[in-house]
Amino acid sequence: MSRIGKIARRTFLVGSAAIAGGVAFGVYYAKKGMANPLQPAQGESALNPYVLIDARGVTLIAPRAEMGQGSHTTLAALVAEELDVAWEDIRVIHGPPGQAYYNHAMFGGILPFPEYSKGALADRIGDMAGYLGKALQTQITGGSSSMADGFEKMRHAGATARETLKLAAAKRFDLKASELKTEDGAVIAPDGRRLTYVELAPAAAEIAPPDVDLRPATEWKYLGTSMPRIDVVGKSTGTAAFGIDTRLDGMVFAALRINPQIGGAMSGFDDTKAREMPGVIKIVDLGTGVAVVASNTWLAMKAAEAVEIDWETSPHPDTHGAIFDTIRAAFDIDPNSTLRDDGDADTLPEGATLIEAEYTAPYLAHATMEPMNATALFTGEELILWSGNQAPILHRKHCAAAVGLEPEAVTVHTPYMGGGFGRRGEYDYSVYAARVAKDLKGRPVQLTWSREEDMSHDFYRPGGIGRFRGAVKDGRAVLLDGRIAAQSCLRQGGARMMGFESGGPDRALVEGAFDQPYAIPNHRIRGHIADVHLPVGFWRSVGSSLNAFMYDSFLDEMAHAAGADPLDFRYQLMKDEHAPSAACLAAVREMSGWTGKKTAGIGRGVAFCYSFGTPVAQVIEVQDTPAGIRIARAWIACDPGTVLDPSIVEAQMIGGMIYGLSAAAFGEITFTGGAADQLNFPDYDALRMHTTPETQVRVLTANPRLGGVGEPGTPPSMPALANALFDLTGKRVRDLPLAKAFDLMV
Amino acid sequence: MTIPLTVNGTRHAVDLPGDVPLLWVLRDALNLTGTKYGCGVAACGACTVQIDGQAVRSCQVALSDVWGEVTTIEGLGTPDAMAAIQQAWVDHQVAQCGYCQSGQIMQAAALLAETPDPTDDQIDAAMQGNLCRCGTYPRIRAAIHTAARSIKA
Repeated sequence: MSRIGKIARRTFLVGSAAIAGGVAFGVYYAKKGMANPLQPAQGESALNPYVLIDARGVTLIAPRAEMGQGSHTTLAALVAEELDVAWEDIRVIHGPPGQAYYNHAMFGGILPFPEYSKGALADRIGDMAGYLGKALQTQITGGSSSMADGFEKMRHAGATARETLKLAAAKRFDLKASELKTEDGAVIAPDGRRLTYVELAPAAAEIAPPDVDLRPATEWKYLGTSMPRIDVVGKSTGTAAFGIDTRLDGMVFAALRINPQIGGAMSGFDDTKAREMPGVIKIVDLGTGVAVVASNTWLAMKAAEAVEIDWETSPHPDTHGAIFDTIRAAFDIDPNSTLRDDGDADTLPEGATLIEAEYTAPYLAHATMEPMNATALFTGEELILWSGNQAPILHRKHCAAAVGLEPEAVTVHTPYMGGGFGRRGEYDYSVYAARVAKDLKGRPVQLTWSREEDMSHDFYRPGGIGRFRGAVKDGRAVLLDGRIAAQSCLRQGGARMMGFESGGPDRALVEGAFDQPYAIPNHRIRGHIADVHLPVGFWRSVGSSLNAFMYDSFLDEMAHAAGADPLDFRYQLMKDEHAPSAACLAAVREMSGWTGKKTAGIGRGVAFCYSFGTPVAQVIEVQDTPAGIRIARAWIACDPGTVLDPSIVEAQMIGGMIYGLSAAAFGEITFTGGAADQLNFPDYDALRMHTTPETQVRVLTANPRLGGVGEPGTPPSMPALANALFDLTGKRVRDLPLAKAFDLMV
Repeated sequence: MTIPLTVNGTRHAVDLPGDVPLLWVLRDALNLTGTKYGCGVAACGACTVQIDGQAVRSCQVALSDVWGEVTTIEGLGTPDAMAAIQQAWVDHQVAQCGYCQSGQIMQAAALLAETPDPTDDQIDAAMQGNLCRCGTYPRIRAAIHTAARSIKA
């Protein structure tokens, strides 16, 4: 079927299915053509939104941002695979805000189905929901979806560009396009004559792109191979430009000081002393705090500290205990969802042993290495923004509103991000910069948050409580009934991003629990939304980051209660439910030489989580040492289906695990009077060189769907560590971070 | 009044108060943005530079206290002429977000200058002040070993 035919069919399906929250305009937008967001300058030809060819050569416009996950490299490989350009000749830039860059796959993944068991119907509905991404203008980098989203789109972009260039060359050569081949950025005739893409580009722009079939995987040259990262030389020589490295003529530097008591107002301030300090240019009243503009960031930060401010109190609960009491109270109200409800979870099967446990997971900060910052220039007629971000359209929209311009008058540049992890999908830091810039008309200003501002004004990973009830009989699980209570980051974050609060069952509240591939005859997972309103958002792996800890820890407890080997206990429940997941468990069993036998001074824990389309199993080994318990070794097996870049997949699996282990071991944000108690890395540490385990990764490819890799390494790390510490010490700890209960090496 | 400062072999006269940390002199006055701000309290190592070959946290050294010649990541090598250690970083595809890597490389370069063939324990001891939230540590360790071999060869 032609592409147009497919699009028409999909459009029809969107119209024929009722999807909560957007189908009416989903049809409208899905049918409406997307404007090409690139406005080619003289001498450039924009063949489509992903490929730009000008005198300098071929530029690929990445629809997703680079925050370390390697997206620019693999998106480039997807296009280059079809376009036939030499790897060293590829230039990659981040796309401007444009509806054409909407993320189809991410919205396809928000439905309340366990993905591992998705059938054809769920796939179709997921595809339809993808159009919500277009309707809502979600040019978002998140949900580990960049490759699933770009896998066909980017290759199509390359293939249609190639065939269009061939048609242009055919005219010049007076040959048929089918007689021509392409290689290293040129079209070549059978007699050896060559026309480069650059030469052909102007003519190709006049030709309607033909319908093209994609090359089969057996012909891939770049995909499936570890490519040199596009960004690695820049990042090894200090020349890669992050948002914080933006430098413009006449630029000044600003620091921020917002009420640390979250949500609290500012009743007044005295800047007499600050105004006299060296380098200070201006003090800007932001309503809930101040920005100080100076000739140097540090001088601005010092002066910001010197402003005497009367803060008002926070509307949030006064203590950490009060926050968790309110979360716990959510168990007393009706659940928001029951997304898994197999068999009869109310009745204890006859002769079975009952197990009950309650787990808690804390609030967490993202703590990207590059603190929040943005640079802005306001001229009166336009705003130009340089801001590492995961959602350019949102940043443009909210900055425009903040300075009183139309979105079209705002230009957004998206430099590299020094970490995102979900934090840079929020737009608050760009808006602050835009507001300061408005006060400095005609002068570019860079607003940099101190680490303390960054950590105390995050959109935190919500804390949560899990209550689990289960039963085992004859060595197997016969009942698992879990309830999870937490703030809804999907509702709160969705309201910030989309302008409305979604209703219905909140998938993110229970993901990592309801959607796991275990065949347990009586199996129920319910989610309860807590009536706490601290700012929460999307933290690497979102709901799975807390639910996997609770759900998998409980499976481990059930295995021990059943007298079964913890790895085999999971494997037996999984093998007939989802073979690719079970194969990951089998792989870590083999890689780690898992025997299930206890060795003195060594503990091992296994854990598993299926998230973002990818099953991941991990075994963590801990060792008693004179310097404390060391996380010594780790084994990871994952199955993302198709491996587009083995080196990047390995890096993401290890990095995701370390991010999770850091949180499991040390991460906790607590609040007193609505203010975060942890302000900088000494209070919020992470794994370091000497505390990172030696790790082996195996990547399997039996998964029928292309899964994500940026996030799935994180969820299983936390229960794997807790399970390993139980194995070492016999002490079951159900409350993170684990350093509160164990003498972990620091 | 200006304060003299030599960075990557170039002499500068810096017009800033003497208590401004070297980090912010490099970044905001000299536009040498390869050196990064991470925490401001010497807890993350992103701002690591060398003074007379010694790795220091530039967020903790006041401009007026700089005691020697400063080398930053830009002075170590360039994209067209990388130092051996930078080439090792490329060969191992170390960087993810890359924000901490300037500091990691400057710390590792100082380690190798003092200990040409470090053991894993020596790497642990030298590198534990450098935080990486992406978790690139295993590749950093491998790149240090590779750089040690290529410098010796």
